[in-house]
Amino acid sequence: MAPETLEFEEPIAAVLREIDALNQLPPTDARDRQIEALQRRIQTVRAALYASLTPWQRVLVARHPARPSLEDFVKLLFTGFVEIHGDRRFADDHAIMTGFAEYKGQPVLLVGHVKGGDTKEKIYRNFGYARPEGYRKALRAMRLAEKFGRPIIIFVDTPAAYPGIESEERGVAEAIAVNLREMMVLDTSIVVLVSGEGGSGGALGIAVGDRVLMQEFAIYSVIPPEGCAAILWRDASKKIDAAEALKLTAPDLLKAGIIDEIVPEPVGGAHTDPAAAARLMDDVLERVLGEVTSLDRETRLRLRYEKFRGMGKIGIDFVDAE
Amino acid sequence: MAWFKKTHKPMAASTKVKASRVPEGLWVKCPDCSQVIYNKDLTTNLNVCPKCAHHFRIGAAERLRTLFDDGIWVECDKGLVSTDPLQFTDTKPYKARLQASIESTGLKDAIIVASGRIDGIRAIVAAMEYAFIGGSMGVVVGEKIARAIERAVDERVPVVIVCCSGGARMMEGALSLMQMVKVCGALARLDLARLPYISVLTDPTTGGVTASFAMLGDLNIAEPKALIGFAGPRVIEQTIRQKLPEGFQRSEFLLDKGMIDLVIDRREMKAVIATALRFMGAGQADAVPPPPGRELVAAGRDDGSPKSHA
Ligand SMILES: [Zn+2]
Repeated sequence: MAPETLEFEEPIAAVLREIDALNQLPPTDARDRQIEALQRRIQTVRAALYASLTPWQRVLVARHPARPSLEDFVKLLFTGFVEIHGDRRFADDHAIMTGFAEYKGQPVLLVGHVKGGDTKEKIYRNFGYARPEGYRKALRAMRLAEKFGRPIIIFVDTPAAYPGIESEERGVAEAIAVNLREMMVLDTSIVVLVSGEGGSGGALGIAVGDRVLMQEFAIYSVIPPEGCAAILWRDASKKIDAAEALKLTAPDLLKAGIIDEIVPEPVGGAHTDPAAAARLMDDVLERVLGEVTSLDRETRLRLRYEKFRGMGKIGIDFVDAE
Repeated sequence: MAWFKKTHKPMAASTKVKASRVPEGLWVKCPDCSQVIYNKDLTTNLNVCPKCAHHFRIGAAERLRTLFDDGIWVECDKGLVSTDPLQFTDTKPYKARLQASIESTGLKDAIIVASGRIDGIRAIVAAMEYAFIGGSMGVVVGEKIARAIERAVDERVPVVIVCCSGGARMMEGALSLMQMVKVCGALARLDLARLPYISVLTDPTTGGVTASFAMLGDLNIAEPKALIGFAGPRVIEQTIRQKLPEGFQRSEFLLDKGMIDLVIDRREMKAVIATALRFMGAGQADAVPPPPGRELVAAGRDDGSPKSHA
């Protein structure tokens, strides 16, 4: 069975159904040639569709259930991953994973959200909605990387921080805020990869770094389009308009200076070929990590400060009327 | 003209421009205890109900009057105005919303930053204005706070931020979100310079404001019964599909959960802030040089946490 198709991928789904039907027939050369032709057609149709995705369609791709996650990238890009657990305060949050691994023979710290694959995993991972402990665990692990001078690679993919009673009781806002402040001065290299959904503060809480990269079809937003539509349009069905207005796509964010670089994805999105997606990521990651780690520490920290300090700068996003 | 107007309970995380400020009639009915109060009496009582101590929401300028000596201050970065970086339109253009707020509040965005004296101590105070698009933080609010903190570092004076906000401003998209990092980075430098930062949380303080500077004070001081939280109560109710307990996300709840340092009546606020600032060495700070060997380039921390030897 091919990966689940999205609503706008109906032209692809139609061809897939034809292939399925042909597969029911007894195998003949003629049938196989027909299937091959249809598969080529899928490539063409997919390339056409993905060449001009709307922002809302990108939201759907970013949320695709088969989109490669940190767990996949751990297998595809890193070796010897050892997960470390817990915030040493309250609990181990399963929506954020931390651990060390080797990248091109160099020890690195990995941090990232995990949404979970099947239903059981999704529940275990709380669908990628982290609680305060997740952010505190992330900071604890990052301090470890700082102490031993290891670079940090962060994968961002969450709908939001968990909006529940216990999150509020245990200070999810404080946990995120402390991470923002501390990550701005954390004395080691940090590369952030927005690999799926960059869901507002829940994403940002582990998304401060020397470079912020974003996969081609990932999104990054101050609020989910559905929430924005409900508040501003007072109509959740206006999510498509909201997705448009929020400028949450990778090209939009690159233009606004919020991300540094777009990591290309295979035609049809990372979920159609995770291994190819990982290879494309590998190329960018290796180069960028090299650039960041070669900076001396003071320069790196100064540049990190200036990068975020400049967001919304004079002449672009506001003017000084006096 | 009505001489008597009803007040409304503040709406959480609302983007409505007309929020529940003290209405302009001669008499005001307290929403908590129903006492009818002469407007002037309410003003002299800092907009706190004399009978039940209900705290009416106040604007940024009124807030500054409650804090600065003799109600005197010098405003900083007054002219910053948003250029609508996303050219955002929902049911109406953001530009029109901005213009309407500029006209109704007389401010250019949802904050006033000012320098003055609190009980003789020089300080920079940033007060948020809820009547300006729900006190939301976009690029201008973020920039003004960042500049306020950097100015405080330069001048070696303390910072007080009075939060009153529904969170990040949706109409400026992810740029609003990034203001959280920008301000927190500036606060990291204030920390390194060992200068005091007091966060005053008022009704409401939610979303991206709570998850950045509001929770990072050397002291986090709340006004009574203020709504303070990350997610809005309605979002939480939708997630967990049940009603929230009474008092959830109010100041007293946060105090009980250990998330804020103290809950203080507005009429005591200035005195408590002044005492705290003195504890933190402000006031003498003009004369005291920064501790030796400390640099603003944030190379490692000085809180006893591990440092890299790389
Ligand atoms: Zn009353």
